[in-house]
Amino acid sequence: MTVMSTRAKLGVVAASAVLLASVAAGYAAIAAEPARTPPPAAVGDQAVTLAPGPRLLAITDRYVSSVATADPGGPRTVSGLECLRVYAAAGTGVCLKPVTAWSYQVVVLDAALRQKRTLSVPGLPNRARVSASGRMVSWTTFVGGDSYTASGFSTRTGILDTVSGATVTSLEEFAITRDGRGYRSPDVNYWGVTFTADDNHFYATMATGGRRYLVRGDMAARTVETMRTNVECPSLSPDGTRIAFKEAIDADPTRGWRLSVLDLASGRVTATAETTSVDDQAAWLDDATLAYTLRQSDGRPDVFSVPADGSGAPKLLIPGAESPSPLT
Amino acid sequence: MRVYLSTVSRPGADPPDAGPRRQRLALVSGNVVALGTVSLITDISAEMVAAVLPLYLVLGLQLSPVAFGVLDGVHTGATALLRVVGGFVADRFRRRKLVAGVGYALSAVAKLGLLLAGRSVPAIGAVVAVDRLGKGVRSAPRDALITLSTPPEALGRAFGVHRAMDSVGAFLGPLAAFAVLLVVGQSYDAVFVTSFCVAALAVVVLVLFVREQPTTGPTTGPTSDPTADPDEPRVSVREAFGLLRSRPARRLLLAATMLGLATIGDGFVYLVLQRREDLGLRWFPLLAVGTSLAYLLLAAPLGVLADRIGRLPVVVGGYVALGVTYLLLSGPVHGWPALALTLALYGTFYAATDGVLIALAGPVLPPRLRTTGIALVQTGQALAYLVSSVVFGLAWQAWGPQTAVRAAAVVVVGVLVVTVLLLAAPSRPHSRRVSP
Repeated sequence: MTVMSTRAKLGVVAASAVLLASVAAGYAAIAAEPARTPPPAAVGDQAVTLAPGPRLLAITDRYVSSVATADPGGPRTVSGLECLRVYAAAGTGVCLKPVTAWSYQVVVLDAALRQKRTLSVPGLPNRARVSASGRMVSWTTFVGGDSYTASGFSTRTGILDTVSGATVTSLEEFAITRDGRGYRSPDVNYWGVTFTADDNHFYATMATGGRRYLVRGDMAARTVETMRTNVECPSLSPDGTRIAFKEAIDADPTRGWRLSVLDLASGRVTATAETTSVDDQAAWLDDATLAYTLRQSDGRPDVFSVPADGSGAPKLLIPGAESPSPLT
Repeated sequence: MRVYLSTVSRPGADPPDAGPRRQRLALVSGNVVALGTVSLITDISAEMVAAVLPLYLVLGLQLSPVAFGVLDGVHTGATALLRVVGGFVADRFRRRKLVAGVGYALSAVAKLGLLLAGRSVPAIGAVVAVDRLGKGVRSAPRDALITLSTPPEALGRAFGVHRAMDSVGAFLGPLAAFAVLLVVGQSYDAVFVTSFCVAALAVVVLVLFVREQPTTGPTTGPTSDPTADPDEPRVSVREAFGLLRSRPARRLLLAATMLGLATIGDGFVYLVLQRREDLGLRWFPLLAVGTSLAYLLLAAPLGVLADRIGRLPVVVGGYVALGVTYLLLSGPVHGWPALALTLALYGTFYAATDGVLIALAGPVLPPRLRTTGIALVQTGQALAYLVSSVVFGLAWQAWGPQTAVRAAAVVVVGVLVVTVLLLAAPSRPHSRRVSP
């Protein structure tokens, strides 16, 4: 290499810095999202309401919206409420709402989308659920990743009783019975809660030691016990007899998930007709139909539905939407 | 700059004859400053991505936690092996700068790879692996270059300054990412492109300012190796294995690995701290900031101290700080003072051991095989750390966090005794032997 003077080297570094800075700035200018103007809050009979009715709740372009169950691809009512995940039942809603790019809140909503209660939560929103009665609310956030080269991930799952006000900020406080024996480990993570009709028991996913379990929890007793492995993101059917879940193909999440249904009485698992990998906590539209989000290669979401008994075929339900919830 | 370098490269046994003013100016060599600058810029780039990657994966791509977890942890074994191979290649062809440069370039390219990987989890995993590979490949040649361009008696401060500059970059990275997101909204890819550009600038600085310090050359200090002129045979695999037969090198490697066993991992330390102090989970990321701050502030002073009082005492002091950290985690003291003291001590541990240990290792390893040797030390530590974190996890499970942490403190004491026995004797005679 020819010998360069320090001055010449500094010149090259300065020139490179300017060049690279313009590349970065140029890319940023192209990639920058146009400033999004939130849609005007719907008014009058156009307002999104969580009151039970023949409508489906979902998120379109980040805002809570509703469509008619009879015409889910048709006109939609869009609210001014921005959520990353939403769910509602019996007039109570839960919204995981962005505050800044780095912080999020759990917001409990009434039927008119008014904020009844907000809780700051650590991490990034992942799952949200409301019990059928509207009393219990649950959320899961993804915590950690302080450095992506540091090993592991973790989730925090919380539950709020909207009647008593009791709040569990992390299910990790609960005592665990695994395969009939007491168990404790620092690596326990929970996600994807679904409540039973008694508003005390719930199902969820617990991960520990590289395995993922379906657990049944008891709010009052503050306990969970494992039921079986490889059942993730459970969702209890309205009649309480079956659990829809994502089943890791060959128990290996890297190979994707099959949307499946577990019959609680017989323990039989039925794979649905949806063969695309589903990474979502499905919602039951009724006792026979599941709704879930799938993403296109560019990340754009669509809500699909499929019969829960393994028959039929998946069907595009709400294009360009995510986080479906029937308003029951 | 060459004159400047050879001034500092004089053997320490000689009285400084360049005049006190010049000596004071020459805190560290130009090459160390250049390498520090490269590390600083690279760390800005790396931490930019680290700060937004979880947001990108979870919110941008809507990947589930498990999918994200799978991205991590499987590449450690492969990168450990490649690190040693890279170290050997650097020594064999005497191209430490080139191998380090390849490592920096790999990590830079990985930032663009994130754009191309799209939503594919295996592709993202591969990109993360390439990034880590780059980090693995570059560390040993970089540290070898530092040792080869610094007289042995100034190694402590050279590594201290380097590690401090490195930490400054790590501090600036998340701020840079935040600034980009503030300008472009939620476009994470703009962060990746910016991060790539920053990393590319670091490679430019490396190419222009970092010099392969020839093991032959104007240096006449103890680091020079009379057998390493260009006509001499290249380092062979056999010779590399011979490193393991040399008593001082073997003892060093053993000690470094033992020391690795004494660390339970940041994740566990912060988790225990968070639980016992019942910290709000929102404060969790700040624990790492506290530790880094102590590391940043103390790395250079402790490096200078190591040159004054000896590296082994400073490394031992660092592990004592680690032991006290574990005791604080299981002791009766609570509250904010305990929290601040714990993080300060934990940062002190890093400042007193991370660079100083390599400074301690450098002179023990022959210059011809220095990169290979440093790679072996780093790999030994990394694998030991892997073992200790698994064992600690099991101990936590069996005994609960308090007892597990106390046990870890006992392990620190045991490891320290063994380390002192291993290192106190052989390292000194070795450096005396080469001194005039």
